[in-house]
Amino acid sequence: MSRDQYQTDLQDLKNQMTSVVELVKKNLKDSIRFLASRDMKGADLVIQSDEQVNHKCWNIEERCIRLIATQQPVAGDLRFIFSVLQITNEVERIGDYAKGIARISRKIGGDPLVKPLVDIPRMADIAIGMMEDAQKAFCEEDEESAREIPTRDIQIDVLYRQVHRELLTFVMERPTNMEQCMQLDWIAHNLERVGDRVINICERIIFTISGEVVDFN
Amino acid sequence: MEQIRLETSEYSLFYRDFRALNRINLEIPANRITAFIGPSGCGKSTLLRSFNRMNELIPGVRTEGSVLLDGSDIFREDVVHLRKKVGMVFQRPNPFPKSIYDNVTYGPRIHGVRNRSQLAQIAEQSLVRAALWDEVKDGLNKPAMSLSGGQQQRLCIARAIAVEPEVILMDEPASALDPVATIKIEELMNTLKESYTIVIVTHNMQQAARVSDFTAFLLTDEQRAGNMVEFGTTSRIFTSPTDRRTEDYITGRFG
Repeated sequence: MSRDQYQTDLQDLKNQMTSVVELVKKNLKDSIRFLASRDMKGADLVIQSDEQVNHKCWNIEERCIRLIATQQPVAGDLRFIFSVLQITNEVERIGDYAKGIARISRKIGGDPLVKPLVDIPRMADIAIGMMEDAQKAFCEEDEESAREIPTRDIQIDVLYRQVHRELLTFVMERPTNMEQCMQLDWIAHNLERVGDRVINICERIIFTISGEVVDFN
Repeated sequence: MEQIRLETSEYSLFYRDFRALNRINLEIPANRITAFIGPSGCGKSTLLRSFNRMNELIPGVRTEGSVLLDGSDIFREDVVHLRKKVGMVFQRPNPFPKSIYDNVTYGPRIHGVRNRSQLAQIAEQSLVRAALWDEVKDGLNKPAMSLSGGQQQRLCIARAIAVEPEVILMDEPASALDPVATIKIEELMNTLKESYTIVIVTHNMQQAARVSDFTAFLLTDEQRAGNMVEFGTTSRIFTSPTDRRTEDYITGRFG
């Protein structure tokens, strides 16, 4: 029973996964960068790029379904394909958060920001770092790392609460700040959700490696 | 806790000096379907045939260890009596060149049933259980050989259950059948397990995954003796096997 093509297909799936994660990471980084630099065109590019993310995700899904239908994967292969489907879903949603941030950036438009961006980029850095390491853990089947990454989410949560409090103060000080503050709060919320999505990804990585179902939330 | 129907303990089988099975320890739960999987020559059919002592027909065979049916040593039992309790269905349908009715009533007659109405009742009951009755009830005197392959195999199952066995051994029962006939046999197995303990040897991994409740994976060692590598619920074996060799085999990386 030669399954060379099957092995190649599984490896391709991993490569495709890496490719979409790279794109989503870039979009997330760019969404924050263009928010800070008030770059509308850049924000538009992020919004447009999400189409590409969705397309890549559908492509992965289609490949997974084809492999299940034609190769009847079992055991580790089945867990891998099932996890790819789940992780793709999480990554696609992270892509949506990046697009959401870019959209808010467009809404804020040319108005100056109520405060310099400090904690929001920090949140983004931690979230993107978690994504990067999760991607590595997935490729290298590193269970230890997949168990460590979720512990960093607490830093994002702490920053989110801090940003939220700070923005509330701004609103109380000057109610005309309300609209922008709510928008910035929504951006922070999106980044907080990215952390949660990466945790889900880590749970899937552990399942892929060991078959154990864990819940970090 | 599952009730255990068949149990092997340190069971080995030799063809003269050659050890074909190496110290197999296995518990087969009652009223469940247990599948034996493994590459060709790993001893799964030999193990299956041990349960009704079919291997004894081969010259030079000897065994070590024990095989228990409901706690009793099968080697101390009268072999005809044992085979009444442990029936067998083979890879290729092998009906006798007789009528459908004669095929099903053959076993009960051998075991002394003479009453015609009782025989007719056994025939109907067995054919109903084998999901063949509706297709043959109007032509019970037709030759068994006139049936299709799938029907012949269900007739062989009816013939096996006509003597009210406890266990039905199936050696690749669907490998000579088309997909539709295969599904019928698989559905039938699922119904039959309510009354019987079924042990099946199959090369078709998906079939094992579809029909069985428990799976045993066998593999030959360096001396070409069959060893049992892993046994567990089918759902576990096919999602998270514990032994690397099981994983490699069921995912098609060797074999």
